[in-house]
Amino acid sequence: MRRAWQSVLLHVALVAGAVVALLPIVWMIAASFMPTGEATTLPPKFIPSNPTLEHYRAVFTRLDMGRYLLNSTLVALLVTGTSLVINAMAGYAFAKLRFRGRDVTFRVLTAGLMLPVQVVMLPLFLFFKQLGLINTYWGVIIPSMASIFAIFLIRQYATAIPDDLLDAARIDGASEARIFRAVVLPVIIPILATLAIWTFLTTWNDFMWPLIVLSDERRYTLPVALANLLGEHVQDVELMMAGSVLTIMPVLAVFLFLQRYYIRGIMAGSVKG
Amino acid sequence: MAQVTLEGVRKVYEGAHGHVAVHGVDLDVADGEFVVLVGPSGCGKSTTLRMIAGLESITAGKLSIGGRVVNDVPPKDRDIAMVFQNYALYPHMSVRENMAFALKLRKMPKTEIDQRVREAADVLGLTTELDRLPKQLSGGQRQRVAVGRAIVRKPAVFLFDEPLSNLDAKLRVQMRREILALHRRLGATTIYVTHDQVEAMTMGDRIVVMSAGHVMQVDTPGALYERPANRFVAGFIGSPAMLFLEGTLTTNGSPRFVAEGGAPSIALPGAVASGTRGSGNVVLGIRPEHLHLASEGPTSADQSALDATVDLVEPLGGEALVHVRAGGHELTARTRSRDLPEVGDRIQLVADGRRVHLFDAASGDVVRAGR
Repeated sequence: MRRAWQSVLLHVALVAGAVVALLPIVWMIAASFMPTGEATTLPPKFIPSNPTLEHYRAVFTRLDMGRYLLNSTLVALLVTGTSLVINAMAGYAFAKLRFRGRDVTFRVLTAGLMLPVQVVMLPLFLFFKQLGLINTYWGVIIPSMASIFAIFLIRQYATAIPDDLLDAARIDGASEARIFRAVVLPVIIPILATLAIWTFLTTWNDFMWPLIVLSDERRYTLPVALANLLGEHVQDVELMMAGSVLTIMPVLAVFLFLQRYYIRGIMAGSVKG
Repeated sequence: MAQVTLEGVRKVYEGAHGHVAVHGVDLDVADGEFVVLVGPSGCGKSTTLRMIAGLESITAGKLSIGGRVVNDVPPKDRDIAMVFQNYALYPHMSVRENMAFALKLRKMPKTEIDQRVREAADVLGLTTELDRLPKQLSGGQRQRVAVGRAIVRKPAVFLFDEPLSNLDAKLRVQMRREILALHRRLGATTIYVTHDQVEAMTMGDRIVVMSAGHVMQVDTPGALYERPANRFVAGFIGSPAMLFLEGTLTTNGSPRFVAEGGAPSIALPGAVASGTRGSGNVVLGIRPEHLHLASEGPTSADQSALDATVDLVEPLGGEALVHVRAGGHELTARTRSRDLPEVGDRIQLVADGRRVHLFDAASGDVVRAGR
């Protein structure tokens, strides 16, 4: 009996939490379909009286969000692709290859994890200015091409690969590049899937750095463009909500689609497989 | 087919302490021979094997396979194949792909790869498992795949690194037999590492006993048992292990060993090997199978009777181990007698003086081998 009550209470609390978390998103989606002005009426409405797609049309035509969507997609895909390759190679090397200074380098790297991103932004900006990378896509992409956190995660995962497996491949005649490609990569796929999703999400949502680096409006990514538009269109709540839906939909889709890999990756190593 | 020669092969690990894992190993493995490296963990046997494989660099010395010095030749060009303790199968590849991997890397025609994989699968009884993944196989099957991966390459030398230690006892005996049968069939030079002296005794044409990075003795299983070169080999080979008594040797009159504390005392018929000090501190070694219960039969001139108190009796079915205490020393007799003493009984044991070994107390080297 007591267990049943506990279960009921737990579920009530969970449902309440879920409602609190989901309500703004539900309202955002609903508001994006409302005719102009309806979203600001009191009491707030959750169902559009007369659903319309006019704001979505405006978002693409008047506000040119299509271009920003393309910018964001380009940046997020390039960052995800390159960072996966670089981080996987680095993480594997730190885990399994013997070279001078390996452990010292890794310790210095992990110490870098303690630096807040904001602290690095100014020096990085000045550095990139000298390199002529300000206001380019590369200026947004390059800093994300390697991530200490991702290297650390892959290293932890790759450490579990038995040395004998790599030695067996060496005796079988595989080159180091081949070992990485044919033996290591297939084994670390779960952690790579997790990182792919995580990298895509964080890059897509990144606001601060693209805002600093990009000055030409045509190169803006979605979050930057949206914030910019918010200033001009503070009255057009429905229009802004349509823009917001457009911004979060791709990441939501990616997450929902790949969440089982994501969860599996997070759980990896905790249970003996 | 090839012979393997090690000349003063050393391994020193880099670092502040410069840990010496292997101190100059000299070894000749004849073409087609089955040689076992055996010793307790950390004795350098696996490091030696990994140097032969090319997985560890050689600090000093010369290693040749088939007459060619291969110190700086990468593993893939040494014409060797290796089987690892934890199988080391590629987890995402099927049994077939695991076996074909090395051949594919050598750009062998597909028809020949197929044929070799089928042959190996046939020999190892894996024909029906070819499309399975390693995780769907039992431990014994996995080890067979690992062996299969080695034999498809038809290498000149097979290297085994404790291949059976992850298997249960029954499977281990069976796989032991299978590996030997395979060796007879393929005739390839084989170097096999194990920490299990029973495995070494039953499998090796010759055995290399190692301890703390040194080779203690290289010989046939029979010779290691009969004529151990030092106390380490004597204690390592044979089960239950040889018993050791510290004491002194007296050669006034008939040679005699007297253990510390005055008892037991054992007559040593026959001359003590020349070059031995006339008397002094020695360690006597005797195997449990050469200690009998006095009740088993009459005592001959070469035998000495010892008074003992029974500590423990372990019946094993066909035979029994009787653990006793004699003059403050612990001894074990192995007997086939059905008339076993009880714990606490005072009994007499008979030591066969011709079968005892004597070792120098300081160096551990043998000064008189038993016959």
